[in-house]
Formats: sequence, structure tokens, C-alpha cells
Amino acid sequence: MQDMIKMIVVLAVLASVSGGLLAATKDWTAPKIEYQQLTFVKGPAIKTILEGASNDPIVDRFKITRDGKDASFFVGIFNDEPSAVAFEGVGKGFGGDIGLMMGVNLADDSIIGVGVTTHSETPGIGDKAKTDPSFTNQFKGMKMTAVEPVDAMSGATVTSNGVSAGVTAAGEMYQNLKPQILEQLQAFK
Amino acid sequence: MAKTLVQEFTKGLWEEIPPFRLVLGLCPVLAVTKTVENGIGMGVATTFVLVGSNFFVSLLRNVIPSKVRIACFITVIATFVTLVELLMQAFAYPLFLKLGIFIPLIVVNCIVLGRSEAFASKNGVAKSLADGLGIGIGFTLALATLGAVRELLGAGTLTFWETPIQIFGPNMQPFTFMIEAPGAFVCLGLLLCLMNLIGSK
Repeated sequence: MQDMIKMIVVLAVLASVSGGLLAATKDWTAPKIEYQQLTFVKGPAIKTILEGASNDPIVDRFKITRDGKDASFFVGIFNDEPSAVAFEGVGKGFGGDIGLMMGVNLADDSIIGVGVTTHSETPGIGDKAKTDPSFTNQFKGMKMTAVEPVDAMSGATVTSNGVSAGVTAAGEMYQNLKPQILEQLQAFK
Repeated sequence: MAKTLVQEFTKGLWEEIPPFRLVLGLCPVLAVTKTVENGIGMGVATTFVLVGSNFFVSLLRNVIPSKVRIACFITVIATFVTLVELLMQAFAYPLFLKLGIFIPLIVVNCIVLGRSEAFASKNGVAKSLADGLGIGIGFTLALATLGAVRELLGAGTLTFWETPIQIFGPNMQPFTFMIEAPGAFVCLGLLLCLMNLIGSK
């Protein structure tokens, strides 16, 4: 009986101490990990879209919570004005979700760039959405609030549709959130 | 026959060098040694876990009831592995992206549990630290060697800190087989053979 109690006590104490230590470490590293993930996973897309911005869009970011979900917005400062934001969207691709990053000029709602961040599309076919910018470049200059049809990539219809649908859906979100975005941007002026 | 601290440390470097002499923990050995850098990264992570778990297991060896010792060892090891995973994500994210699933898999690496069970649970703290450090550094050396051979033949480069260095110049036609999975087995076999040749003299 005593053995049994000792076993339970030792295991319980060991597990709680480990759990506590890990929770503390997680709390401490969480902001660093978030920054690293942004830099290495989404960073390249953000940098291309907000090219020429005088700030670091990954540092100057804010969150808007809507329907219980957090959406991150990355601010691009051009000519001392926070005139553009980049934000994420999701499209349904051939092999799963396609992560998208979109940049919008707030003055006239025009798209300044669309990039693919994460995807599991077929190498050589669907992944051209990420590797070959000529497809996503078609979105440039369109109104974020009224995305028009684009030419699909040959052989990758599902991926093309997924990206277009993702951009359209993100446009709706942008339209709904625009007042909040403008409000948040005041802080960066 | 009691060994000295130095002997406990150096045995991990040659006599009992993990993948070659003990032939344990082959999963990461074969899977991550595509480049020198990955090999070293994996080795350092494993060393950290080995030293940490050896230290705590030997510290607690008189408290842990023998019936639940494996569960206790695994708890300690898993804690250290999760620590490594979090720290690597926070400070060396590109390396984490490359090693990916193999970091959490250190938990089930037989070297780590093996050293806890066979050594740390029976020896003092200082000896266990020396043992963990020795085995860990031996493991790192083995992974780095294997990674260097494979990368050199398979890609003609050696990667250190994100920058591949061309060794054979741009005209090198890489022997890609070596950086694919079967190449790992062939390479490991050849290195084992070489080590036995040297050892038998």
C-alpha cells in the first residue's frame, strides 16, 4: 500500500513540476515564436507585397478580433503615411488550404499585391501560384472590394479557383473591417 | 571496476559512440543528415536532452520507485524535449523548419531512454553528467560526419549557418543518390565498416 502511494506521489509531483516548467517556458517564448514564424513563413510574402515601405511591417502589426478569430494586419508606411496594409486570407486548393497574403492601398481600396504563404499544392503544377508571380500579379490594381475574374494557370484549375475565391472572400472581410482598420492605423501616424 | 569521470566522458566519443558502436537511435541518424548543419543541430538538441535527463534521473534515482521508473524517465525526457522544441522555435526557427518532426521524436530516441535506464539510474550525478555529455557529443560528431559525407557527395557543398560552401566548384555533378533515403543506409554502412577496420588493427 505504501509503495502504491509513493508511486502516485512521485509521478504526480514529477508531472506537475514538468508541466509548470513547460507552461512558464511557453509563456516566455510565445511572442518570440510568433515573431519568428511571421518572419520566416509569412515574412517573404509580406516583404514582396509591401516593397518599399520605410518600416518593418512585421513589427508594426495589429490584430482585430471578429467572430472569435484573430486577424493580423501588417502596416506598410509609405512617404511617412501608413497607407497600406497586408493581411491574410485562405483559399481552398487542390491539396488543402492555401494561405494567402494580400496588400491593399487604403486610399482607393486597390490591391497592391497578392502572395501565397503556405500551401500543399502539386509541385510543378499548382505550386506555380507561389513560385511564378505572373498568376497572382493579375490581381494587382483591382479593387479589393470587387475582385474580377483572372486567367487560370493551365493544368491547375482548382488551385487558380482556390486563390481567386480566397482573394474574393478576403475582400469581403476587408470591406467589413475597414472602419476598424482605419481606426487602428491612427496609432501608426 | 570504477571508471573515472574522464573515462565516462570519453567512452561516448569512440568506444560507445552511439550510432556506430551501439547502433541505437538510427531514425534521426538516417533522416536528418542531409546536410552537416542539420546533423549538428540535431546532435546539439539531443545532447541537451541527454545531459538534462541524465542529470535529473540520477538526482532522483533514490526517490523514483522502480515499478514506475520508465514512466518517470519519460516524463523527464519529454519535458526536456519540449523545452528544446520551444527554444529552437524561438531562437533558431529556420533550423526548426528543417528538422521539424524529428525534434519531438527525440522523446522516443532509444539512446536517451537507454542512458537513463542503463546508466543514470545507477550512478551518481557527476558521472551521469559526464556520460550524457560524452554520448551526446559522440552522437553529434557521428551525425556531423555522416551529414558531411552525404552532403559533400550528394550536393557538393558543406552548409554551415545557413550558407552552403561550394567545395568542388560549380562544375561538380552531384551524386544525388547520397542525399536520398537509400543513400543514408549505404553511407552509414560504409562508415560502420570503416570504423571496424580502424578498430580491428
